[in-house]
Amino acid sequence: MSASISIKNITKRYDSVTVLDDINLHIEDGEFVVFLGPSGCGKSTLLRMIAGLESITDGAIEIGEKRIDTLPPGQRGVAMVFQSYALYPHMTTRQNMAFGLENVKVAQDEIDRRVNDAAKILEIDHLLDRKPGRLSGGQRQRVAIGRAIVKEPKAFLFDEPLSNLDAALRGRTRLELAQLHQRLGSTMIFVTHDQVEAMTLADRIVIMHNQKIEQIGTPMEIYQYPVSRFVAEFVGSPPMSMLPINHIEKTTNGVTVEVSGAGTVTTAITLPPEFNAKDAVIGIRAEDTEVVSEQEDGLDLTIKVVERLGDRTLLYGTLIDGTELIAEDSGRSKVKAGDMVRVAISPHAAHIFDGTGLAHHSQLEV
Amino acid sequence: MAESYRRSRWSNGLFVVPYLSVFLTLLVFPLGWGIWLSLNKVDLFGGERFIGLKNYARVLSDPIFGQAVKNTVIFVGVSVPTLVILGLFLALALNKTTKGSSFLRGVFFASSILSVTIVTLIWRIVFIPNDGLMALIFEYFGWQPIGFLSTTGWSLFSVGVATVWWCIGLPMMLFLAALQQIPKDLYEAAALDNASRWRVLTRITLPSIKSTIMLVAIIQVVMQFQLFGQAQLMTNGGPAGSSRPIVMYIYEVGFLRWDIGMGAAASQVLFLIILCAAMLQYWVSTRKEETDA
Repeated sequence: MSASISIKNITKRYDSVTVLDDINLHIEDGEFVVFLGPSGCGKSTLLRMIAGLESITDGAIEIGEKRIDTLPPGQRGVAMVFQSYALYPHMTTRQNMAFGLENVKVAQDEIDRRVNDAAKILEIDHLLDRKPGRLSGGQRQRVAIGRAIVKEPKAFLFDEPLSNLDAALRGRTRLELAQLHQRLGSTMIFVTHDQVEAMTLADRIVIMHNQKIEQIGTPMEIYQYPVSRFVAEFVGSPPMSMLPINHIEKTTNGVTVEVSGAGTVTTAITLPPEFNAKDAVIGIRAEDTEVVSEQEDGLDLTIKVVERLGDRTLLYGTLIDGTELIAEDSGRSKVKAGDMVRVAISPHAAHIFDGTGLAHHSQLEV
Repeated sequence: MAESYRRSRWSNGLFVVPYLSVFLTLLVFPLGWGIWLSLNKVDLFGGERFIGLKNYARVLSDPIFGQAVKNTVIFVGVSVPTLVILGLFLALALNKTTKGSSFLRGVFFASSILSVTIVTLIWRIVFIPNDGLMALIFEYFGWQPIGFLSTTGWSLFSVGVATVWWCIGLPMMLFLAALQQIPKDLYEAAALDNASRWRVLTRITLPSIKSTIMLVAIIQVVMQFQLFGQAQLMTNGGPAGSSRPIVMYIYEVGFLRWDIGMGAAASQVLFLIILCAAMLQYWVSTRKEETDA
């Protein structure tokens, strides 16, 4: 029932403003793909173009080898779950779910079967005769998903469906969505600006930035091998610390960089001959740092803010020259604001970004 | 503390005194006085004499009042659905963000700001025999001319046409406001649900503006039961009282025959009719809503 989706050279312009520029993407049948990016990057527009709610300026969209960008939304074989749920307020849950099927003249007993099956999967069978006004946010969310399921679409489209839920419910619904995907095995596209949703749900993440796709990859590929400084800073919490590089020296196994306020850091990163060191930075994630004793080698970090997360402690501080660095310590850390601690960096986990933001990684397994 | 609280509670009442004084002076007192007048034999320049419900008996047994009630009910029964349906149709057609739609909204609303004198003048020119617009059109097609303002049946119809033309702006604007409150994503969900235009109208749009439809209907019922100016200026209630509404009857009794008590009694009857009609409509709509829930 589900199908692959191909997006070919898609461009979207509003007069002179380009919203999406030459997007190419292939989504496999049954794959869960998340479009991730900051507000205004065009991720929702791309989803709405697949749904048929936005026209395309250039390019083509195919679902299962069939070109669909010329078809009206209802004939594309996709179902969408909106951020606001978009449930029909004067219809009961059952009527909401059955509406789409009635429109295409599905037999009543088949409608009843599909609605009841979906309601059982989503555990909303006791809510079928209630109107949306008498449902909680989480229940409405389930009804919206149920309305999509009954259509047995070739692809599910989710437009930030969890953003209206509270934190606890968001976590639970996220898990249920992952289970739903496993159960249905359908192609799913999920738009979000929440990287936790993206990391936990996606088979592959599509990072969008400045009207283009910045990177496509599995969650761990994106996290460990970001292609650019933007991806490195956007994905991961806290964001990767960026330390300015003053000088780079090539060694047999990689490069040694002289970092402003941190001395020299030896990495296993191999840089291409054309690498331009101007405005280059070295990127370090908090979990790749370690608080060590004063006798060991490391960087002296003056702590400004301590964030205790229970299982770990985040230390926000500055190096001698004022460069900011975020380090991680154990959950039982005794460090407090104002302390100076010595922090060691795992050199193999560092990333180097050139002046244009292009990333270079160590080829060793991190 | 309790004492000071009690004292301050009385002084707080001062805040509502300005409103209460206007409310009591301009609304409650005239209403009560009107009811009192209807129970008296009143001459405008003479005294009052309490006669109980005799004025009501006179009004209700007066065949001219009966005819006026019949005319008004027919008028309301035809003009209100026309205003609601036409207003809704115009709002649906003009619920767009184009410049043309904005211009047409202005055009359709423009008639509402005219005074009844101008409106009736325009429509007299349209309906007047021989040189009127309708007469010219009938003549052009070679049809038998109709005395729109002087024929029983047609006179009330003509007053109705002028009224719809005059009053259509408000329903249209209220419907437009309601239509623009419907979330856009409901229509997007309906598009993804493969809903036809008719299904979108009947299953999404109309249920979403149900309360506004009821509001417009109630406002129009209340307004159209008070028909007076158009009938007075276009047909003077004629021919043979066939276009005389209740308010004109009240005017004639109270201000031409100077029978203020009887006029007041007829006014109270009209008040009751309007109240019942509005309450009936409200009851029907809320009852349906309850069964829906």
